[in-house]
Parts: sequence; C-alpha cells; structure tokens
Amino acid sequence: MKVLVTVAEVATVEEDFEIDGSAIDERYLEYDLNEWDDYAIEEGVQLAEEGVADEVVAVTIGPERSEETIRMALAKGADRAIRIWDESFEDTLLDVAAKTRILEAVVEREEPDLVLTGVQASDDMFSATGVALADAIGVEWAAVVNGLDHDFEDGVASVRRELEGGVEELTDVELPAVLTIQTGINDPRYASLRGIRQAQQKEIAATSLADLGLDASAVESRLRLTEMYEPEVESDATIIQGGPEDAAVQLASVLREKGVGAE
Amino acid sequence: MTDVLAIAEHRRGTLRDVSYELITAGRELAEETDGELHLAVIGGHLEEFTRLLSKEGVDVIHAVSNGEEFNHDVYTQIAEGLVEEIDPGVVLVPNSVNGLDYGPALANRLGRPLVSDVTDASFDGEALSTTREMYGSKVETTVEVDAERTVVMIRGGEWPSADDSGDPEIRERDASIDESAVRSTVRAFEEVGGGDVDIADAEVLVSVGRGIDEEENLELVEELADALDATLSASRPIVDSGWLEKNRQVGQSGKTVTPKIYIAIGISGAVQHVAGMKGSETIIAINTDPNAPIFDIADYGIVEDLFDVVPALIEEFER
Repeated sequence: MKVLVTVAEVATVEEDFEIDGSAIDERYLEYDLNEWDDYAIEEGVQLAEEGVADEVVAVTIGPERSEETIRMALAKGADRAIRIWDESFEDTLLDVAAKTRILEAVVEREEPDLVLTGVQASDDMFSATGVALADAIGVEWAAVVNGLDHDFEDGVASVRRELEGGVEELTDVELPAVLTIQTGINDPRYASLRGIRQAQQKEIAATSLADLGLDASAVESRLRLTEMYEPEVESDATIIQGGPEDAAVQLASVLREKGVGAE
Repeated sequence: MTDVLAIAEHRRGTLRDVSYELITAGRELAEETDGELHLAVIGGHLEEFTRLLSKEGVDVIHAVSNGEEFNHDVYTQIAEGLVEEIDPGVVLVPNSVNGLDYGPALANRLGRPLVSDVTDASFDGEALSTTREMYGSKVETTVEVDAERTVVMIRGGEWPSADDSGDPEIRERDASIDESAVRSTVRAFEEVGGGDVDIADAEVLVSVGRGIDEEENLELVEELADALDATLSASRPIVDSGWLEKNRQVGQSGKTVTPKIYIAIGISGAVQHVAGMKGSETIIAINTDPNAPIFDIADYGIVEDLFDVVPALIEEFER
C-alpha cells in the first residue's frame, strides 16, 4: 500500500511581534513543521515499519525555503517528497478549495491507498483540507483521528475519532481513505543523525502547477485576508507582582482566604 | 436577500449547545439581508429536537429522519439535497469535530468556498466578512469571501444561545439516501478512561501544561497538589506526551471542569483548553508570557517562571 502524507511548513510567531499591513512582519516569524503533520508522518512511517505500507510519500505546498521542513519528514522515514509551488501563491491566503485542487492533482498522479493529513495547520487553522480532498477524489475519510488499527482487514480502516467532552467514536471507513490525524495518536520520533544524513540523498521533487496540469486561475482563492490585528485583551485579572517568592506568599494568602489548605 | 441554512448538531440523544448558537448566528446574518433562516436537524429524537429548536427568528425547521447518530456520508448527502432545494447564500455548520467531518466535504461538493473556525460574521455591503484567528490565536483576521454562496463553520461559544421560543414552520422529511455512497459505519462510543480519578468532581485543581518542559518536572506540580490537597489535571500536550492519563485532560476533547479553584501552571490557554475550564469559580494562572491568553480569563495572574513560584508556594503551605 502507498501512503501519502501531507506536510505543511507553518509560521510560528515570537512572543512580541508587529503587524505590517495584513500580515505579521517577517522578522517575527519562524518556520517549523506543523505539529499535527508530525503525528501524521509518524503514523505513515509506522505503517511502513510494520510492512503494511510499501512507500510513504510526503507532499507539501510551499516555497523553496520549506524544503528544510519537508526534509524532516524524509529524515523520519518518508521515502520521497514532492514540493509544489507557484509564484502566484506568495502573499495569498490559499483557501481550502485551492489546496484541495492542488492535492487532488497530486493524488491523481500518485494513486495512494491512504492519505494522512494533520487535523489542522497551526498558522491558518482551517482544519478542513483533508476532508475536502477526500470528497474531491471520491474516497472515504475520517476527521480528527486519534487511533488507527493497522490491520486494514477487508480493506477497512478502523479508526477512533476524538469527539468533544471525553468521548471517542469508533468508526470503520472503507479504503482508500483520507484520515486527518490528531496529536496524541502516537509518539513522533526525533530524526536520528543517520536519518538526517539519509534524507540528504532522498528526492524532493520540485513541482509546478503546470507539472500538475493546472494553471494559476484553477487555484485562485476565493477568500481574501483584508485585516490582521491583535485581539483586544479584556483581562481583569489581578496581577500579583513582587517577584516569585513574594508572589507565592500573596497567592498563598489568596488561596487560604478561599479555604485551600484550611485543615 | 440572503437565506441561511444552519445544520444543528446532536450526540447520544442530546442537542449540543452549538445548535442554539447557530440559530443566533444565522438569525443575525439572515436579518442583515432580510433573508429567511432555515434550520435542519438530521436524525435522532426529531420530535423533541424540533420542539427545542423552535426559537424566535427560525422560519423553517427541516426535520430529516435518519438514524440515531451522526454519519458523515449521510449528513453530506442530506445537506447537499437541502442546499439544492433551499439555495441559501450561507450554510452554517458547527466547527465541531463532527462539523469538521462533513462541512469541508459539503463545501467541496457544492463548489462553495469554506470559511472554518469563524468567530464573527456579517454582511459588509454585499460581501460576507468573517473574523478568524491565526497563529494559535495570537492574531485576529478579517477574511472576506469573494463569492455569493458559501459554507461557514462557526466556533462554539462565540454567539449567545437563542432562547426565546418561536413558531417556525416544521417540514418533516424522510431522507432518501444513496446507500452505496455510505461507506463509513459508526460502531460505538467510548468514554475516555484510565485511572480512578474524576477531575470533574474536584474542588481544587492544580493543572499543568506545556510549560513544565520535562516529564520529571511533573513531580513538582504533584507536590503542590499534595500540599494544597488538590487534584492534578493537565492540558492536552501533557496527555499527548503520555505523561498523565487521558482522564486528567481538561478541555474541549477532555473533561469540562468547574472547580472552586483552578490553578493553571505553564498553560498558555488555547481556546480548546479554555472551553473546558472557563466555568471555574476562581482561575489562577502562572505563566512567563504576559500575553498568554490564559490571563484573559484569569482572576489572578503571576507572570513569573513556574519553577520559581511553585517551590515557593509549596514551602508556604508546608510550613
């Protein structure tokens, strides 16, 4: 079986930052592998290690810079990678439909039996591409998966979905399928030195829209980010000051007043 | 005029709160353009759900009989059929785990843009304008939709629940489902277990988050919980790391807690966490980042390193 894992390089923001127009000034951004995708990669690599998957392919939509991130997926055990980029994506909020069309073209080429995506990307927080992709390519899906039985008996993926309020749903979905992977499903490995060395030898296929048979108009976003601002803080918290020890003394007195440690 | 179709959510025989919030959000959007608000409820105890959802401002409730529980293949089909019939400008879906399991598929099938995790929405002239967060809630953004027809997923807890009763038209429907397109089966539900502690019963919770850095540092927080005669709980990353059992997790996907005192240690206060603990009587937050969202809902805050404050606090109570 072939597993395709979608991987996003996400921007993380420093504690203090400035907004420049409708974006955070580049100086305050750092780039990293999306946390949810790390779990998706691990699930794919475990399937390969158990002999269930023959090949694990990582795919990302990102500029050249993101090769560093996707190489992490290779260092952790993915066999090869595909990186899709077009200049028209710069400074655009690629919407779910646009990402879906791009990934749909990749799936048509790769024909995976299973697609794993992270539940969400920590920067744009859309949480929707996996399920939209499944529908676009006409396969089954499950969202927010925190447990996956690797047997795939009778071509069925038995998953555990994490609902709200401490309830989990056990569901069977027919393969091929797209699963959106929740954190906690596994324990993502660190890339070993050997893995990092090997990753240098693995292929990252830089792919254009034209390579996928698409043009920029096919992936135009219908969402426009027009404003960005820091949320108003409506905190009325009493901030206890005076350094850690003094703050601890004051907090202890607040807690005692409320009956903590009264016995 | 823009009609709105909102799709209610229920689970295990109970309507979820977000269903009433959808009505408020839907009513606001419909009123702005003089449109109608349609509500759909699919499966479950239809008679009871229809009665409960008959709120002021709802024009029509489509009560669609189909099974007891959510199945995304069924929901997607039924919702698609309703949208084709009603042709609403906006389809409102909860940004819940189940909403995320069919909303994006529905939008794809309808060829509509999807705006997920929306915290506010209004018609700005002709165009729909939405508010979303980005970068782990560090910023808010305004996102405009360049389309007349859209699917909008709303975040729970952002709109007040509709509570005035109304008298909508009820349209009962039998779903005709293409069974060959139902390729997923919900087999069972399970409560997340492990351990014999119920954090929902605790009066004082000492709750620990990512700021604790290492598993061995948990001992320090356990010591504090002992000193305060409190129960230990945690935010999601601690449970994901396997450092504490799942039954200790506070938040949207963990337990909802309402203790007298909630002490959040090294917890930044992601929206999913806050959803599970904002009902606590007194919230105390200890975090080095003064901009951490936990301080927005805290009653008392200490902006210091937890590794300095917690030992001092233990000492205070052990003296």
